[in-house]
Amino acid sequence: MKELSVDHLLGIKYINKSDIDLIFETADHFKEVINRPIKKVPSLRDITIANIFFENSTRTKLSFELAQKRLSADVISFSAAQSSVKKGETLIDTVNNILSMKVDMVVMRHANPGAAYFLSKNVKASIINAGDGAHEHPTQGLLDSYSIREKLGEVGGKKVVIVGDVLHSRVALSNIYALQMQGAEVKVCGPKTLIPKHIESLGVTVEPNLRKALEWCDVANMLRVQNERMDVNYFPSTREYAQQYGVDKTLLDSLNKEIVIMHPGPINRGVEITSEVADSSQSVILNQVENGVAIRMAVIYLLASKIQ
Amino acid sequence: MEFVYLQNQTQHIIMTQKVLLNSKEVNIILHRLACQLIEKHLDFKDTILIGIQPRGTFLAERLKKILEKEYNTPEIKLGLLDITFFRDDFRRTEKPLEANETKIDFIVENKKVIFIDDVLFTGRSIRSALTAIQSFGRPSEIELLVLIDRRFSRNLPIQPDFRGRQVDAINNEKVKVEWSENNGEDAVYLVTN
Repeated sequence: MKELSVDHLLGIKYINKSDIDLIFETADHFKEVINRPIKKVPSLRDITIANIFFENSTRTKLSFELAQKRLSADVISFSAAQSSVKKGETLIDTVNNILSMKVDMVVMRHANPGAAYFLSKNVKASIINAGDGAHEHPTQGLLDSYSIREKLGEVGGKKVVIVGDVLHSRVALSNIYALQMQGAEVKVCGPKTLIPKHIESLGVTVEPNLRKALEWCDVANMLRVQNERMDVNYFPSTREYAQQYGVDKTLLDSLNKEIVIMHPGPINRGVEITSEVADSSQSVILNQVENGVAIRMAVIYLLASKIQ
Repeated sequence: MEFVYLQNQTQHIIMTQKVLLNSKEVNIILHRLACQLIEKHLDFKDTILIGIQPRGTFLAERLKKILEKEYNTPEIKLGLLDITFFRDDFRRTEKPLEANETKIDFIVENKKVIFIDDVLFTGRSIRSALTAIQSFGRPSEIELLVLIDRRFSRNLPIQPDFRGRQVDAINNEKVKVEWSENNGEDAVYLVTN
């Protein structure tokens, strides 16, 4: 059988289509496992994993921790607020100190793009990128594709529009790479100020009009407006954003087909999507969260199997 | 005795293959095993068959069919159990482990479970299966049925309750079970590398 072509998951850019297929097949099995009365397997009982979060996270951290515990790994977690990073320790020192406690794998979220890549070159452990700045968030990209595959049967040939704050989004880039690798067609849609310049060079097209974008697509991935990353005003007001780029039930029902609505969370209800849309049968938002655990179990299991 | 010669470009391998059981013998053994199961479990009211993935599932499905069609047992519950994530050689074997489907759509709590596998060798798969089944409840008892019992090769104190044929095979010999669902004919071979 196959194994992953990489020793770390730093981004979707660094893996290939057969890696994605293998992760999805493995996740299918883990999805069955997490629906058993006892949702735990002993595979990783001799592996220790450190979750290092230099940026806030609730869902991703919980999802990783749960995935690790379901695989019987030992887990230590910390966030930057409690760490010596505040005292001026360097990233490599912080991580090497943790590794000297016999840790095999590091899951890291960091505000700087490339932090996970940098770490993988400088420390001896398997690294999983849980988000590095506005660069990549590979497990989110994988679970989004996995949720599309689950809902629509396959990803290849599907039309996906990524709506909203593409500029600050690491989810967008991982999604674009993952979707294109599997043969889906991708458009981005949002206010011009939130669409990165030269994004066409990734092979995506820009559609400024939300209605046109939704009429074209099979799946709409609604990104969160990342207010915390906005140092200047990118649009006049939240109300205007919601009117131009928010999806409500009236808009959804006026389309000539049923599209799938996704959101990586956390949702600003009433901004990107209304409550009615978030809770409608077309939304797979909670499935994405469930699939997140299965995907992360698969990634951790497959990477752990390569640890010597 | 049948000999099969396999050759590839880099090395010359001679593999001999001896027929241990032909399709008629397999058929007789399957019926005998079915009768033994009925003798012990009667109407299978509280009994569940569990095929161990991947190779035990053909045998389990075949036995279920024989029990239902030829011995008029009412519908028998059959589950498939994959033990990949419960194996004790994760990261200790060169070969990556490939998972298979687990399909147990019922509760095994307080039921009599019969594990079904094609070949019992070291006993390690069965050890894993004993752990894996606990995720689905606490069975009242667990028995083991195998088509081929490779004697003297156990790593663990595990023995079958129902066995088709006992075989003495040494380490570089392999017992290969083929099913008509897969390859055209039921047969058991002893392969020597």
